[in-house]
Order: sequence, then C-alpha cells, then structure tokens
Amino acid sequence: MSAHDHDRRDDHDHNAPASGPALRVKAIETLLIEKGLVDPNALDALIDTYEHKVGPRNGARVVARAWVDPAFKARLLEDAAVAIEEVGLTAGPQGEHLTALENTPTAHNMVVCTLCSCYPWPVLGLPPVWYKSAAYRSRAVSDPRGVLHEFGLDLPAGVELRVWDSSAELRYMVLPMRPPGTEHLSEDELAALVTRDSMIGTAVVTYPAQARTVK
Amino acid sequence: MGGMHGFGPVVRERDEPVFHAEWERRMFAIALAVMGRRCFNADELRRTIERMPPQQYLAASYYERWLYALENLLIEKGVVARPEIDVVMAALRAGAASTTAQVRAPREPSSDVRSDVRGNEHGETDSAALSEALGGGARSLRYDQSYHPRFKAADRVIARNLNPEGHTRLPRYARGHHGIIHRDWGVFVFPDTHACGAGTKPQHCYAVEFDGRELWGGDHPAGERVYIDLWEDYLEASSADAEPRSGAPRKHSANSGAKARTTKRSRKPAAKKIAPAPHDA
Repeated sequence: MSAHDHDRRDDHDHNAPASGPALRVKAIETLLIEKGLVDPNALDALIDTYEHKVGPRNGARVVARAWVDPAFKARLLEDAAVAIEEVGLTAGPQGEHLTALENTPTAHNMVVCTLCSCYPWPVLGLPPVWYKSAAYRSRAVSDPRGVLHEFGLDLPAGVELRVWDSSAELRYMVLPMRPPGTEHLSEDELAALVTRDSMIGTAVVTYPAQARTVK
Repeated sequence: MGGMHGFGPVVRERDEPVFHAEWERRMFAIALAVMGRRCFNADELRRTIERMPPQQYLAASYYERWLYALENLLIEKGVVARPEIDVVMAALRAGAASTTAQVRAPREPSSDVRSDVRGNEHGETDSAALSEALGGGARSLRYDQSYHPRFKAADRVIARNLNPEGHTRLPRYARGHHGIIHRDWGVFVFPDTHACGAGTKPQHCYAVEFDGRELWGGDHPAGERVYIDLWEDYLEASSADAEPRSGAPRKHSANSGAKARTTKRSRKPAAKKIAPAPHDA
C-alpha cells in the first residue's frame, strides 16, 4: 500500500516522479502530448473506462441473461461478440472475437494465455495479476487440476477439463453452470452470484454465494 | 511459458485493485492511445515484449513489460528519440515537470513521425476522445475475404516444429504434437509477419484440440484437453500413416473418445481447390 500511495503522490505534476517507471512514463506522456499524439482527456477517459466501467460485473450480466433466456444463450454461444450487445455491452478492444464456452455436468472449461495475458476485456475488465503470473501461465495447461485445487475447486471424477489457450485473436469467457436452488432469483440477483473466477473457469458459481472474488 | 516448471503455486491478491500504481494507469492509457493511432500494432507490442532479455522478462511485472515495449517501439518507429526521453526525464527529476515547453530536446524529431500517426485535433468531448484514442472503436484482425481453408473440423493435424527467432503465436509446448481441428475461426492476419512489418499474410486460424496425454505424456491424467488457436502456417496434415513423433504412441494419440474416426488423408497443397474430403467427419 505504501508503494501505491507513493506513486500516486509522485504523479502530481508539481512533484517530479522520483525514479523508475513512474518517471519514465511521465517523460513519455509529456513528449507525446507535446507532439500532439495523445490527448490528456482521452487518456483520462481510457483510465476511467478500464478502472471503473469495464469489469467482471459486465460478464456477470451476460451469464445471468444466458441462465434465464435460452434463446439468448443460444445466440451467445453462436457469437458472443454480437450477443453481448443485447445486455448493453459492446465488443471493444480484446473482445472483437469473443467466444463463450459453456460448462456442463460433463465438461468444465478454463481459460489461459500461455504466451502473454490475453483476456476478454469487454466482459471481464483487465486481468488480475495472478492471471498474468508465470505460475498460472505455465501450469494452467500442464497441471490444470492442480491449479484448480489451489483455487479450492476439485472437479468430480468423470468431468472432462478443457483448457483454452488464447493464442490468437479469439477471447474466451466461460459460461458457468447455474447453481441449483436459484430458480426463485431474479436476473439481477443471479448476476450478483457470478464471480470473475467462474468466468475464467477457476471457480464455479455457488448458492448461497461463497466469499466474493469480484469486487 | 506453457508447461514450464518451477514457478510455484498461483498466488492471488485479496481485493486486488485494477492498477497498482498511478504510472500503470497512465502507461496503459498511453499504450492504448498510440495503438489507436496506429503507431504500432498489438503484434509488434508482443514481439517487443518477447525481445526482453529472459532474466529481465521474468523479473518484470506485466506493466513493466508493456513499458519496455512502449518505449522501445516509440523509438523504433521514430515517434520519439531516446535522447528526448532522457532530457525530459532529467528535467522531471530536477523538478521542472510543469514546464514542458522548456524541456524540448534540441533536435526536432517530428520529421520522422509517420504522417498517419499525427494530426489529432484537441478539444473533443471525453467520449469522442475515448473513441478517437481507440482508433474509432474495436479493431478486428479478421478478414472477410474468403481464402480457401486447408483444413476443416475433425481433420487430424500436427503442430509444426517451428522455431523462429522472431515473434510467433505457436506455443512451444504444442510443437510437434498431434491434434484435431476443432473449429475454423476464419481468416486472420498472420502475427509472425505482422509483428515485423512483413505483411499481413492472411490465413485461416483454427481451434486445435490436443489430448493432455499427447502433450504431456502417457503418465498424465486422462480427461484433459487443451485447445490452442493456431494459424494454418503452423499446421500440417497428419494422415493415418504419417510418421508418429518418435516415442509417442500414435494409435490412440490425440483422440481417445467421442469423436473417433478413421482418417486416411494425404497432404494437400495449400492453394489448391480441395476435393471433397475422403474421410468422414
């Protein structure tokens, strides 16, 4: 936390960033603004968008809609990039070729990018640090059950585990199974149950909800 | 880094913020904005990250890698010069941050800047600025033009054992292994060439299904499949009588279960019109 506060303070214009990446970024930003290549307002809007407007709550709305509307679910599985417009989302950067992967009683899907950290921004926001970590990127393909165990998820015997390595332009979100006992819940209440990790495939959705992993 | 050992358990952070430092926010936005202005493309960004010395790469955080690539690409593309950055950094360090006009480098580098990355008029509203920053919205690297696919769903393929020095999206752990075409995603820009200014070389990209035991050996637990999106240039046809990889059991190889098929298929030239396939699907 102190490092965080430190950086924040550093960035105020009248306090020159002391060193390291903060200083370098400030220098690059200064030059690009000076050259008219970036607009500070646009940078602020981008930050606001990815910090506050795009995040896993978006994906949760998609999942909840798919649970209550079979026709929407069919469209989502056909072309997620188009279908998410129905819940007011647009397939922006890193979601142009969004694909939904349906979990079933016999198949569980899990998403990784072993080459970098590709992630479906429009529905999940920016990826958490663990998703970008060497540990996850290396082991999600070679030891996926071990990784899931660390996340507290042990799949029943007989469930096939399908790991999707986002090596190209396709971006994947998992459509988790609707937990039993939720028939009486509204779409909004269902969305509140859906966690980020359940849409990456390192968790399942439970009811009542377990400790939340989505802010 | 698929399959590499030694990185330990996956460590999660409780109540993780989107960004961990102010410079990460700014850097992320700058990188998106300059990509929106086509200063460089995402493949070039990835290629440049991959050119970091391995020790440095492993020690760096995600956004430190981005910063490394952003800075080097801006310099490589002639958008900024390294001496300019040094001068501004020195000025900032000396506390002259708010007087940017005075920290201009003596050299006038803007003649190097490609004309297509210039010319932003200021004064848009925030949302217009955002759209502008993103280059007018989502940018697809998929081609609508039709190219004849070499493969179709259920075809057996081998991920070629390619080891290019430059950028590639063929994961090392897949090379030389047998898989099955799961789905044809359509035609996409080829990253290996797109990353180094050698053209878009559009071609089909497929989800290829690999059995866990094909990738990791016979001792690996059953019931795992890995799907990897692979461009056509990464793949070659695997006929039933193709030579198996040395030491790899072939008969049951990549397909042990539901989609069993008999495959007898010879390698086909890429550009030829393909006759109806001689095998079931």
